[in-house]
Amino acid sequence: MRTTRAKEKTRLRMSDILVNGALVLLVLAWTIPTIGLLVSSFRTRFDIQTSGWWSFIPHQEFVKVEEFEIPADLNRDGVMNIRGAQGTFEQFRAGVTTPDGKQRLIWIGNKRLGKLEVQRQQWTAGYKLTLDNYQQVLGGKTFEIRQPDGTVVTEQGDNFIGYFLNSLIVTVPATVIPILIAAFAAYGFAWMAFPGRRTLFIMVVALLVVPLQIALVPILRDYVSLNLNGTFLGIWLAHTGFGLPLATYLLYNYISSLPRDILESAFIDGASHFTIFSRLILPLSVPALASFAIFQFLWVWNDYLVALIFIGAKPDVQVLTMRIAEMVGSRGNDWHLLTAGAFVSMILPLVVFFSLQRFFVRGLLAGSVKG
Amino acid sequence: MQEPTEVEIASPAIGPASKRAKPSGPLDWLATNLFRILLSLFVPVVTFLSLYAGFIFLRDSKAPKEIIAIVAIVWGVGGVAALYLVSNWLVEKLGDVWRDRLLPFVFVGPAVAILIWYLALPTVRTFWISLFDANNIGFVGLQNYLAVFTDRNMFTAFRNNVMWIVFGSTLNIVFGLLIAVLADRSRFEGLAKSLIFVPYAISMVGAGVIWNMIYNVSPNVGMLNAVYTGLTGREPVAWTAAAQLQPWNNLFLIVISIWLQTGYAMVLFSAALKGIPSEIMEAGRVDGANEIQIFFQIMIPYIQGTIVAVGTTIIIFTLKIFDVVWVMTGGQFSTQVIATQFYREYFTAQNSGYGSAIAIVLFMAVIPVMVYNLRGFREREAFK
Repeated sequence: MRTTRAKEKTRLRMSDILVNGALVLLVLAWTIPTIGLLVSSFRTRFDIQTSGWWSFIPHQEFVKVEEFEIPADLNRDGVMNIRGAQGTFEQFRAGVTTPDGKQRLIWIGNKRLGKLEVQRQQWTAGYKLTLDNYQQVLGGKTFEIRQPDGTVVTEQGDNFIGYFLNSLIVTVPATVIPILIAAFAAYGFAWMAFPGRRTLFIMVVALLVVPLQIALVPILRDYVSLNLNGTFLGIWLAHTGFGLPLATYLLYNYISSLPRDILESAFIDGASHFTIFSRLILPLSVPALASFAIFQFLWVWNDYLVALIFIGAKPDVQVLTMRIAEMVGSRGNDWHLLTAGAFVSMILPLVVFFSLQRFFVRGLLAGSVKG
Repeated sequence: MQEPTEVEIASPAIGPASKRAKPSGPLDWLATNLFRILLSLFVPVVTFLSLYAGFIFLRDSKAPKEIIAIVAIVWGVGGVAALYLVSNWLVEKLGDVWRDRLLPFVFVGPAVAILIWYLALPTVRTFWISLFDANNIGFVGLQNYLAVFTDRNMFTAFRNNVMWIVFGSTLNIVFGLLIAVLADRSRFEGLAKSLIFVPYAISMVGAGVIWNMIYNVSPNVGMLNAVYTGLTGREPVAWTAAAQLQPWNNLFLIVISIWLQTGYAMVLFSAALKGIPSEIMEAGRVDGANEIQIFFQIMIPYIQGTIVAVGTTIIIFTLKIFDVVWVMTGGQFSTQVIATQFYREYFTAQNSGYGSAIAIVLFMAVIPVMVYNLRGFREREAFK
């Protein structure tokens, strides 16, 4: 009896280790890419190009201790004995470890010169971190960077603060406007009688899955003739149009499920539709509004295609994602700037996500019932 | 129901009551109501003018960015609110019958108008454009569609989209389910789920930078090549571009979307798993089922609905995939998909007819889901 219970216990502990171990592996696989970006954004350009970002983890590495020359009369074609280490030229070229295992001898330069380097294993970590990348990416003016060899280079900043502001100017109204319009429409569909109500709502449901690519060509033509291309109004309206079906649908689901009694008693008290909507329905719908707001916010902030089409090449309106995509194309090897820039673009979504996680999950669950 | 505005007008108590008597002639009527009529005209005109002034300021101003930002946000959000307020105020003035007739359209009108302008009408317009040639002048009938389905590049794009759907969606669901099940039994559920979910908040452009770095050819920059050259001692590989890897280089792009989207699947599956009554699981265990049998014979059938819903959402997302491919490879090296071909044909090659035909093909691919949604809507009978 005792043994079976003990067995059961070990079996449970084993499965516990298995479950948590597998989970840790998966979590690592999902977080390491982001950590790599974050670490790289604090490393100098030189460091990024000469060693991987993972070298910031403390590790043992051979570090040069001294340099010396072997006697000129030593035969370089046979097996040589240098400071107790034995090997041919080719072996010394690759590095030979001394018998005590603490040092390594490496032949540097050509065969005739006979110069060797002594290396010792030491704990090192590439923790030479810097804020220069962020300084260069965020600022718009020129400034100076000190290179590892002591020279000073003047570089032009990338003005990400400006692009950050543009992203904000695009995102805040493009989140609030569709929610406001969708909330009015959801109330109308849920609590008002009018001809064509059912048909119009079927249109909303049908438009839920329409890919926005279908709209780009005609809307771009309208924008060109209305002179709306490259304006904030134009891109707000575009995001409003593309976010509206889902917003209306989700808010309708929520608002139509509110208890009828509340509305009826408000009507008896003489309130108008507008009063009921603004004083009663909007406050009651805050959870649904917040959930959708977070998604629309993230969607617009992270959007690239809509901005690419409707903002185009206007630098004073361009948003972060466009600028980063442009940098990937034109300066693909400036990893120190790309990583810093990409991280600047992620800060706000990450803050929103971690501070409003509860609404986030609720929004996802509400959206999943569609269809 | 009464109007609040009427109440306000009736309320002034000072002065003789006879002043409030009904006007007898049209001139009297005009005299008493002149102020109201003027006000009804004045308010919308002022609203419109101030909104227009804001628009001109935002379009042409050279003011500092911070000021433009504040004006833009106030103008954009306040403007929409003002439009509703004013139109409601006007409709409220019309009297009961007309108010009841028009008010619903004040509420749903803007949404319906925007939906028609931005999504419903463009479907028809894009189809119309797709019937014309590159410069949108000569009518060519369905020839663009013939070209779409015979073009070699498009064939590759279709094949890649199928790869995306098959590998992307499947692995997304598998990993989402796996993590949800594992997290459900772990003490660190909250933390693990949060960390897995983080990529979902990252833009695809940002993800492009992250993974461009991981796939970089230099083993000093690219983690994958550092591992690969370290383990095998071979030359580093250009994972997304190498000719000898095609078409499997697409898989390295698909990995990115799995990384981004698994958090979404996980959250939904996790919630669904928590909805399984514990008695059912217990009954299974008492009957001697092992964990694997419980997973396949109790859990999976129970959350089938969620799996279908998640699968549909991910398939639609995958079908429209654009940013990842565009930032990573620009659709080169046989990694093009339908959406990148659309962009290339319409905006780079300036072939409006052909580009529009590709957009319509993309639209046709989602029609089954649309029909399914509509059928589900009708069955639920949301409108009594």
